[in-house]
Amino acid sequence: MTRFTATEKKDTRSGFGAGLHELGKKNPQVVALCADLLGSLKMDAFKKDFPERFFQVGIAEANMMGIAAGLSIGGKIPFTGTFANFSTGRVYDQIRQSIAYSGKNVKICASHAGLTLGEDGATHQILEDIGLMKMLPGMTVIVPCDYHQTKQATLALGSHKGPAYLRFGRPAWPIFTTDRPFTIGKADRMIEGKDVSIFACGHMVWQAIEAESMLAEKGIHAEVINIHTIKPLDVETILASAEKTRCVVTCEEHQVNGGLGDSIAQILGRFRPTPLEMVAVQDSFGESGKPLDLLKKYGLAPENIVDAAMKAIARK
Amino acid sequence: MTSPDKASLQKLCTQIRRDIVRMVYNCQSGHPGGSLGCTEFFVALYFHILKHNPAFSMSGKGEDLFFLSNGHISPVWYATLARAGYFDIKELSTFRKINSRLQGHPATHEHLPGVRVASGSLGQGLSVAVGAALAKKLDGDDRTVFVLMGDGEQQEGQVWEASMFAAHNKVDNLIATIDYNGQQIDGPVDSVLSLLDLKAKWIAFGWDVLECNGNNLEEIISTLEKAKTRTGKGKPVLILMTTVMGYGVDFMMGSHKWHGVAPNEEEYNIAMAQLEETLGDF
Repeated sequence: MTRFTATEKKDTRSGFGAGLHELGKKNPQVVALCADLLGSLKMDAFKKDFPERFFQVGIAEANMMGIAAGLSIGGKIPFTGTFANFSTGRVYDQIRQSIAYSGKNVKICASHAGLTLGEDGATHQILEDIGLMKMLPGMTVIVPCDYHQTKQATLALGSHKGPAYLRFGRPAWPIFTTDRPFTIGKADRMIEGKDVSIFACGHMVWQAIEAESMLAEKGIHAEVINIHTIKPLDVETILASAEKTRCVVTCEEHQVNGGLGDSIAQILGRFRPTPLEMVAVQDSFGESGKPLDLLKKYGLAPENIVDAAMKAIARK
Repeated sequence: MTSPDKASLQKLCTQIRRDIVRMVYNCQSGHPGGSLGCTEFFVALYFHILKHNPAFSMSGKGEDLFFLSNGHISPVWYATLARAGYFDIKELSTFRKINSRLQGHPATHEHLPGVRVASGSLGQGLSVAVGAALAKKLDGDDRTVFVLMGDGEQQEGQVWEASMFAAHNKVDNLIATIDYNGQQIDGPVDSVLSLLDLKAKWIAFGWDVLECNGNNLEEIISTLEKAKTRTGKGKPVLILMTTVMGYGVDFMMGSHKWHGVAPNEEEYNIAMAQLEETLGDF
């Protein structure tokens, strides 16, 4: 039986917009930049109430990253907003040199990540961004799972020091973390279990919760842990869970190469070799379609997590 | 502004040129050509134009800020910063060596005083300068932001994104300068990828454009002073600064060959004979 119920659905990007607006009220140093995607990023409220602290840069993401770096020098806390594809791959060198290597306090906020962007197709469905960003020294990488957590993560970034990447998405998605605290770098064990550890991030946390109830019907008690912070990774929580269940499944809306599963495999390989199955996109680009249909086609449905869990358990 | 002591600025130029060649010779790598060509600009900026504090603070509140976008000419910047008191001139001998704060291209990572952002991958500095200028406006800080770019660097698309943004948003506390030496690694800019009428392009992008000879100390000083009087008038200011790559060392002058090559011992000795030690070597 699922112990989490979704009272309503809302897009995670709206959580970012709400968090940014609240931060704007709290901290006059917070500034926001957008590359012609104001509505998509839900930055309208910030712009309306703090027009002098909002910068529309047009369709010029490289320039946006540089301006953000420059704004941060005197103590401003810039939040950039565009799609995940244009927040990372398109501007990787700008982020690498002007932000990460330069240690700038810039928050790169990225919507429409992954397959669930839907109909726009593979040009926009970046599935490599977590890997790109986590490889940059000093970069914090956060992938919240629902509206509420995205809002909390945005608020947390207001007082976090250093470059950070916040990844969220487009579709309306169940809200289920309303009562849960959020701390950057602290994984959230949402469901306790003893048979298999399921580590998930972003939209896939809800898929994991659904998979857990399907596994429970088979008499399997899965532990579901929300790894909302990919970097720095909560190694202690991951190892403790793997120690207990002795098999692991990772779930992410990202390439199998370079994402959450990759990070966890590295930790397990180094500190506690454990059977591991990875639910992720298997080295392919996405395509146009409805978000849930795409998740199913590319093996990211709750049923796929159940299958992966059964395989992992069999390998113990 | 006080009138510049031309004789002492000229001495600084000669010594900094010497520093540049010695630094590059020392580690047998680096970029002497553009560094030598921009020496008057750096001396004018740091010893006459900028309001700045060598007891460096990253935020630079209440100070003029300078960004070097064409980071490969780090030798001239490092030598200038050292001679201006940001750090000991002895440190110039560590340039491009292991465990040095004087990285091949400028970086903040090792906390070298005077550097506020990493540069080297071209095309990024103008955007950063625009951001810093916006922050000054938000903070009610009336000082000016300066940035230097290369002319080959104008081939990077990001420069034009930043150019468009600065004019549209009336970022008029910003003075950008282009080192217009006509050379880049693979040859003359006109043969690699012509910029055509660069002045007309910047004017068309909405900037207030000035021109000068960057190897004439009086002219670069008067042009920078003039540029300052043109700030605060609704347009960002651009100086198209014509220079000779390798200026001051005869065999390095006017050729792309010395963009990023260190002299051998014989060449080094010839160069040293042409550059008098005016203020004491590092």
